Amino acid sequence: MKYIDEYRDGRLAKDIARQISEEVRPDVNYHFMEFCGGHTHAISRYGLEDLLPDNVRMIHGPGCPVCVLPIGRLDAAIALAQRPEVTLCTYGDLMRVPGSNGSSLLKAKAAGADIRMVYSTLDALRIAEAEPHREVVFFAIGFETTTPPTALALRAAIDKGLENFSIYCNHVLTPAAIQTILASPEVAKLGTVKVDGFIGPAHVSTVIGTEPYDEFAENFRKPVVVAGFEPLDVIQAILMLVRQINEGRYVVENQYIRAVKPGGNRKAQAEVADFFEQRESFEWRGLGDVPQGALRLREEYSHYDAEKRFGLVTPASKDNPACDCGAILRGVKRPTDCKLFGTACTPDTPMGSCMVSSEGACAAHWTYGRFREHAKTKEIERSVA
Amino acid sequence: MNIAVVKPTRRKLDLRNGRVDLSHGAGGRAMGQLIEDIFHTAFDNDWLRAGNDQSAFAVPAGRMVMTTDGYVVSPLFFPGGNIGSLAVHGTINDVAMSGAKPLYLSASFIIEEGFPLADLAKIADTMGAASREAGVPIITGDTKVVERGKADGVFISTAGVGILPEGIDMRSNAARPGDCVIVSGSIGDHGVAVMSKRENLEFDTDILSDSAALHTLTAAMVAVGGPSIRLMRDPTRGGIAATLNEIAHQSSVGFRIDEEKIPLKPEVAAACEFLGLDPLNVANEGKLVAIVAPEVADAVLAAMLAHPLGQEAAMIGHVVEDPHCFVQMETSFGGGRIVDWLSGEQLPRIC
Repeated sequence: MKYIDEYRDGRLAKDIARQISEEVRPDVNYHFMEFCGGHTHAISRYGLEDLLPDNVRMIHGPGCPVCVLPIGRLDAAIALAQRPEVTLCTYGDLMRVPGSNGSSLLKAKAAGADIRMVYSTLDALRIAEAEPHREVVFFAIGFETTTPPTALALRAAIDKGLENFSIYCNHVLTPAAIQTILASPEVAKLGTVKVDGFIGPAHVSTVIGTEPYDEFAENFRKPVVVAGFEPLDVIQAILMLVRQINEGRYVVENQYIRAVKPGGNRKAQAEVADFFEQRESFEWRGLGDVPQGALRLREEYSHYDAEKRFGLVTPASKDNPACDCGAILRGVKRPTDCKLFGTACTPDTPMGSCMVSSEGACAAHWTYGRFREHAKTKEIERSVA
Repeated sequence: MNIAVVKPTRRKLDLRNGRVDLSHGAGGRAMGQLIEDIFHTAFDNDWLRAGNDQSAFAVPAGRMVMTTDGYVVSPLFFPGGNIGSLAVHGTINDVAMSGAKPLYLSASFIIEEGFPLADLAKIADTMGAASREAGVPIITGDTKVVERGKADGVFISTAGVGILPEGIDMRSNAARPGDCVIVSGSIGDHGVAVMSKRENLEFDTDILSDSAALHTLTAAMVAVGGPSIRLMRDPTRGGIAATLNEIAHQSSVGFRIDEEKIPLKPEVAAACEFLGLDPLNVANEGKLVAIVAPEVADAVLAAMLAHPLGQEAAMIGHVVEDPHCFVQMETSFGGGRIVDWLSGEQLPRIC
C-alpha cells in the first residue's frame, strides 16, 4: 500500500497545483482531454478539478470499453446467452448495461440464461475444461490492455485441445479513436471544440508503448502526455501539458515511466498479432464508425470466433435521440448539457453510454461531482440577491 | 400381566460424517433428534428445555423494540466468524442501534438436504457461544429442510426484542445541521474478510471479519449521551456510504466528511484497491455510525474510546444544511467529491 499512498499524497498534489496556477497564462484557456476512463475516475474520485485553475478544463474522453460497446453487439451477446447450449462468461461490469427494450445480461440471467461472471479469461477457460458438454463463450471486451490475456486464453485453449471454447471479440483500439476525435469536424475544421492536448492512456500504453501517438501529435499538432492512473500522475501530466502549450511544443511525453516504454511490451504485441487483425471499421457507441477501430480473430482461428461459430449478426440499434453521449465523448458538450442527465439517466437507470460504467464521463460526474453545479447555482443566486 | 417397557436404542447423530436429509425436516423423530442434539445442546437454556413452540418471558415496563433479519452469507465460514455469529451479532446490533438493551432472540434455519451435520453443529455452537457471551439467549426457533439445490447450505433468520431506557427515542429523521458524525472503528473489515474466501477470488489476507455484538458499546454511549445521541446505525450492506446517504435523505440534511479521518486498515485499503472497491461501500458487521449533538460529542467519543469495541472510534465529519442531501467528502488528495450510494450490487450475499 505504501507504493500507492505515495501517488496520492495531498501535499505534493497541492505543490503541483500551485505550479500549474503559476504557470498558466491568464489569457489562455487550456482544454485537455483525458482519453481513459481510468483517468476520468481518478479526476472525479479525488476531486482533482478543485485543485485546477478555472482556465484549465478537462474533457472526459471515450476511453471506457463498457461505455463504447454498441447496443447491437450487447443484444447479440444476450441472444447468444439465451441459446440453451451456451454458457456466456463475462466481466461483471457488463451485467447491468442496458441493451434494447430494457434487456440486460443480468435480466437474461434471471430469466434462465447461463451467464457467469468471471474475473479473468482463465476462469472462463476453467469452466470450458470442467464442463465439456457446454459451449463456453468468453465475452471479450476492452482496449489493448485486455487483448493479450484473451490471446493467452486462446493459446491455452489450443494447447489443451478445448473444442468447446470460443470468444466474442469486441477488443477495440485506442489510437484509432483518438484520431477519429481529432479528425471530427467540430475539432478539426469548425473549431467549435478546442482540444489542446491529451492525457494518453496508462495501461494501454504499457502494451502498445508511446510510439503509436507520435503520428497524430505531429499531424494534429497536439501534445500528448502518457500518464498513470493515480491522481498525482494525472495532475503532473496536466502540468506537463501546460508547459508544452506555453512553449509551443507538441510532442509525446511519458509521465508514466515506471511502467511504459516507448516500444511497449513487444511480447504481448506479438501474441496479439498472432491471433488478431484489424477490422476495417467498427462502431464505437457514441463515436460512430471508427476506421481500424477494433480487432477481430484471424481467419485461421475462426473455430474460436463466436461470431462465426454461431453465425452472430449484430442487430442495428440506436441510442435514445435525446442522449448527448456522442457529443460529450468528443468534448462538444458537458454531461450537464444533456437533458437526460440526472433526470431520466442516472447510474441506476443508465440510458446513454457515458452513464453505464463508473468510468464513463456522465457516471463519474453524477457519482462524484454533481454537488459542483449546485454550489455554482447557489453562488449565482447569492450574487444576484 | 407384566408389560416390559422396552426403550428403543437411540442412535446418536453422526456429527462427523453425517448429513442433513429430508427426514430431519419431516416432523418425525429424526427432526426431534436434530433439534435436541444440535440446537438445544448449543443454545442450552431453560426456555428451550421446556420444549414449547414458543417461550414466555416477563415484560418490563416501558417501550420495547423488535427486529428481524435473514442471513444468506456466502461462504458460510469466513475469517473471524461464520453465518451463525453473524446472525446473533447482526440482530443484537439492530436492536442495540435504537439505544435499547437486547433481551431475547429467535432463530429459524432453512437447511439444504445434504448439508454436513458437522458444519451445522459448528454453526449452532458458534451461535450459542455468541449469544452467551452477549447475555442474550435464543429462546425459540424453527428448522426446515429443503431439497438439494433449493437453498445454499443453510439460511438463518433471527428476530430480536429489547427494552428501551426511559427517554431514549432515536429516529432516522433526527439528524440536525451541526451534529457530529462518529464511527466506532475501522471500516470494510467484514466485506474484505468474506471476499477473501470467495471462490475465484481467494486471496491471502490476515483480515478478520469485525462481526461483534455492539450492545455494551451502545449502552456506554447512551449512558453519557442520553437523548443527545440523535441516532445510531450499523453500516452493514452498502457500507458507511449507504448509511450516511440513508440518514441524509431521512433527515433532509447533508454531510461533510473528511476522508483522512475515517479509520481504515492498510490491508483493507490494499484489498479494496486491487478489487476495485471503495471501502466506503464495503460491509461492516461490528461497527456503528452515530449522529451526536455537538455538546455531547466529545463525551460520547471518550466513552467509545474507553470501550474495547470503540478503541479506534473517530469523529469523521458533521451534518450540514443541504436541500440536495449530498454526502460530500474532502478527499485525502485535497479535492471534494460526493459519496454516493452504490449503483447495483457491489458484492452479493455478504451477510
